[in-house]
Amino acid sequence: MKLLDEAIEFTSQPGVGAPVWRGHAEDGIELHAFAAAVRRADGRMAAIWGEDRRPHGAGFRLHCVFGLNEGHAWVSLDLPAANPVYPDLADVFSAANRMQRATRDMVGIATAGGDQRPWLRHGAWPADWYPLRHDAGPGEGFPNAPSDYDFVRVGGEGAHEIPVGPIHAGIIEPGHFRFSVIGEKVLRLEQRLGYQHKGVERRFIGMDVAQGARLVGRISGDSTCAYAWAYAVAVESAAGIEVPQRALALRALMLERERIANHLGDLGALGNDAALAFGLTQFMRLKEDWLRMSDRLFGHRFMMDRIVPGGVTTDLDAAALAEMVEQCDTIGRDVKELRAIYDEHPGLQDRFLTTGAIDADLARELSLSGMGARATGMLLDGRAWRQGYEPPAPYKALGVRPITDDRGDVAARVAVRFGEIFESLRLLRALAVGLPTGPVRVDCAPTAGSGLGVVEGWRGEVLVGVELGADGRIARCHPHDPSWQAWPALEHAVMKDIVPDFPLINKSFNLSYTGADL
Amino acid sequence: MIPMLKRIFRTGILTEPLPEGAATPAAELDRLQDEIVRILGRALTIREVDAGSCNGCELEIHALNNPYYNLEGRGIKFVASPRHADMLLVTGPVTKNMENALRIAYDCTPDPKLVVAVGDCGCGCGVAGELSGPNYASCGAIENVVPVDVRVPGCPPTPLALLQGILAAVRR
Ligand code: SF4
Repeated sequence: MKLLDEAIEFTSQPGVGAPVWRGHAEDGIELHAFAAAVRRADGRMAAIWGEDRRPHGAGFRLHCVFGLNEGHAWVSLDLPAANPVYPDLADVFSAANRMQRATRDMVGIATAGGDQRPWLRHGAWPADWYPLRHDAGPGEGFPNAPSDYDFVRVGGEGAHEIPVGPIHAGIIEPGHFRFSVIGEKVLRLEQRLGYQHKGVERRFIGMDVAQGARLVGRISGDSTCAYAWAYAVAVESAAGIEVPQRALALRALMLERERIANHLGDLGALGNDAALAFGLTQFMRLKEDWLRMSDRLFGHRFMMDRIVPGGVTTDLDAAALAEMVEQCDTIGRDVKELRAIYDEHPGLQDRFLTTGAIDADLARELSLSGMGARATGMLLDGRAWRQGYEPPAPYKALGVRPITDDRGDVAARVAVRFGEIFESLRLLRALAVGLPTGPVRVDCAPTAGSGLGVVEGWRGEVLVGVELGADGRIARCHPHDPSWQAWPALEHAVMKDIVPDFPLINKSFNLSYTGADL
Repeated sequence: MIPMLKRIFRTGILTEPLPEGAATPAAELDRLQDEIVRILGRALTIREVDAGSCNGCELEIHALNNPYYNLEGRGIKFVASPRHADMLLVTGPVTKNMENALRIAYDCTPDPKLVVAVGDCGCGCGVAGELSGPNYASCGAIENVVPVDVRVPGCPPTPLALLQGILAAVRR
């Protein structure tokens, strides 16, 4: 079939995950034309990664995933071994910029023109050595040389720079922020990330699928369920396995618990960043209650390693479900009360309103997904029906109500988070009541093949692409965090605000460093 | 204001006794606080450094400040600069891209200093430790980069385990 009247021929990916179509571009021109068509149709650049296929007697392969209204289009492009170069897609989607640079650092396939600064490579390995090439060798013993980075300079009278990080003041992941300011006003923020790069993609190569499941659940700890689910979908699709309905429902139950846990923590921290310590104490208490319940239900506070290819490892009995629903009721009441307090607190609202604003046009331009996009009014939620899009099981039977707010500021992101807690509580009750009977896991004997999983995590869209070799082991696995697209949104959101508002704006997104640094 | 006060009143004090083996009842807690003051001459200050974690360990370190564990109420405080810190609480593995920053933070921490390695990645043990060992981008465990006094394994370690580890380091 064709998508958007473009030349590329697509086939639909089998399985029960979110809809994915796969196609192969004949050349770079075809790929670029397809990207442009996606952009015209208000679609998104969802992910880019590269693959070394020279051991198969081929060259390199570039993978691009685009988000369309109907689902995801996964387009590959083969590149010659000798000169693996493809057209720069950043002129169509600015989100492509960092992904392309990372692809170059990792696999050594580059864009013709465009931004050629390294992204994940700082100074720990040489520029002509690529960790994901099969003939790269272990790559240990390179000198770890400190490297300079070519930040964009802002000129003008009174303009100066404030460098922050990589180690930040709070308990938070490392990254570097370069603010260009006049007085207290932010003219520009440029991020330099990659400090969390620990070679995750390289570790996947050669793992069996069970090991891969444990690694994928440790890419971004706050989204462990989303990653594990997306990975499971990819592997199951590659292996042609159907997962029992009860397992799908339990996966959704864990994912919604993960969403609520993160929103509770962030709402507390947002109160605190606006000088309401009461909010932090109250929400951290609720979050602790919530995590303890997850521990009681699934044996782990963050439910790590519970979603695996083939199903889930832990079943819940009627008593456990009843206990869970009861807690949903009490937490729901508490959050409602706290929402009223937040809404009516003038000091808090003064800090939240109009701070860190982005609009829907910008969100679309940056290919933003998830909570941040919905807080600009976009109706984009992989769990919810929309015209032309059918959500995956079990969500398609749950009638998920996407929460939006079109103000685009910190207040909007706070409002969306509150709304999503209530909606997820409703989903948890519905899942508990309607939990299908039957097994929760089937055997997952891997075969050669590939698949893509897409899951609406609490931050946004988590994607995992998997390629299994003939031995059933992982030949390539690329996990993609929604933070890739959201980091640039943060750069825009702080412009024209003041430096002291940065922590608040940052927290309202709460992006993952490790998820994008890999 | 009234709803807030009402809520504070209704929530009450949630702080739980310290874990077994570290200190259980209030008397033990008092003894421990005395010990901290005796050893350090003041409250304990901690600088947390994420040298390459998956952020799971950070979630539990954050939880230490919730009212159940009430770290600050026990005289233990997170500070912004290593220069103000008695202890570095480090999560890992240490990425190559963070290796220099971690060394600088260590050097900036005044002597006598304590280093606590947090998590299976930071300690180089367990499943996560195995998944995050040295490679082209990672130095592996914290002790491969800076000297470590106490290890708190777990993936992530629970807040109770973290509390125990911090107290064990102070006792040394
Ligand atoms: S020990 Fe576990 S939670 Fe901590 S950083 Fe490693 S993988 Fe993440």
